[in-house]
Amino acid sequence: MKSVRQIGTIIHKDVLIELRSKDIIISMLIFSLIVVVVFNFIFDPGSEMIKTTAPGILWVTIIFAGNLGLARSFAREHENARMHGLLLCPVDRSAIFVAKMLGNIIFITLVEVVSLPIMVILFDIHIRHILWPLILILVLGTIGFAAVGTLFSTISANTKSREVMLPLLLFPVSIPIILAAVKSTTFLMNGGGFAQVWSWIKILIAFDVIFTVLCFLLYDYVLEE
Amino acid sequence: MIHVQKIVKAFGRMRALDGVSFSIAQGQYVALLGANGAGKTTLMHILATLSRPTAGHVEIAGYSSKKHPNSIRQRIGFIGHAGLLYDELTAEENLRFFSRMYGISDSESRIGQLLQEVGLLARRHDKVRTFSRGMHQRLSFARALLHYPPILLLDEPFAGLDLNATVMVKNLLDKFIAEEKTVLLTVHDIDYALYNAKRILVLNRGKLIVNKAANELRRDQLQKVLEA
Repeated sequence: MKSVRQIGTIIHKDVLIELRSKDIIISMLIFSLIVVVVFNFIFDPGSEMIKTTAPGILWVTIIFAGNLGLARSFAREHENARMHGLLLCPVDRSAIFVAKMLGNIIFITLVEVVSLPIMVILFDIHIRHILWPLILILVLGTIGFAAVGTLFSTISANTKSREVMLPLLLFPVSIPIILAAVKSTTFLMNGGGFAQVWSWIKILIAFDVIFTVLCFLLYDYVLEE
Repeated sequence: MIHVQKIVKAFGRMRALDGVSFSIAQGQYVALLGANGAGKTTLMHILATLSRPTAGHVEIAGYSSKKHPNSIRQRIGFIGHAGLLYDELTAEENLRFFSRMYGISDSESRIGQLLQEVGLLARRHDKVRTFSRGMHQRLSFARALLHYPPILLLDEPFAGLDLNATVMVKNLLDKFIAEEKTVLLTVHDIDYALYNAKRILVLNRGKLIVNKAANELRRDQLQKVLEA
């Protein structure tokens, strides 16, 4: 119960700071809008080509915008050794991981909530009939990416070249999540059968569980200087 | 209160701390001296549970730092080189955040009391980014004392402060010491250490070379040891 309250307190603090500075959300949203608008000029709206490529564009937007947010959120915590202030509190390191992961999920979800409707309008794609399974895939993909991202952004924040180090560490490890998310979204948007979509969703769930548990357990060691 | 047994901290081949052992009794005011790179901050970080020793044992208030780090965190107040505060939050919001993390029941009255003590009550709604270095350090003191810790670990708390801010921080420290609480302070000012502390520890290249009562040491003797 104490840990739940502490997790809530850390998330509240992170959201409050972001509401004041807006540097994470603005950089993530601008990046995602640029990607969607640029691809809108390349492909004809409503064409077969856009249906095939839209899932990839969607996940490229989420992952690269997410990378920007992850890098910034931990860089902020390491300025003036603020992370030490958090680590001095009587809080389990795993609770810090959960709080940071949930905070990252909130910021990435906000990007998805803004960029997905814009994509739907600009690309003229129809998602009403697949909305709930699509939301499920987005939620699962976001959880897995945020879990791995939280761990690696903590590691890279301790390095001098953190902006370069984060994608180098994060992307290779998160390939299974990205692959499962893109494949399940592609089958869903292109009228794939339930069995095809469900098999990729199951893989996504499996990787979410594996990565979240692993990162949760490893976080204590990652925070060690 | 603080028992350190043969602690070693190695960063690769380099040993920042090499078999350091000492004990500090409850209510003692101990100054830790040493040249830059002697291992003072590394030792303070280990005592504050920010870092784990490579070897050796640390026990604070009866709790092992390895087995019960959260019990130790609940009993220590730490002030380092940086303020460990969030610039985007106000002084009050910073203290409220930490009071929730420590699970303080009378948080609002405690925050008001501490802001009054550190002379920042009038600036409670101002963002920390607008604070001077001295105000920042005073608020750091309030953060460190928020959860009524019986032990205070201070890593060069006067660094970068002007005269007025130094006097104010020293007064806050005197008040804490008057309550017979345990203090371990790293400082470069030999005179301050000899005049105020009951015991002096000196680190040299990761080894503890002096562990004596302050009244057994002379200034020139200490200066010589530090320059060695």
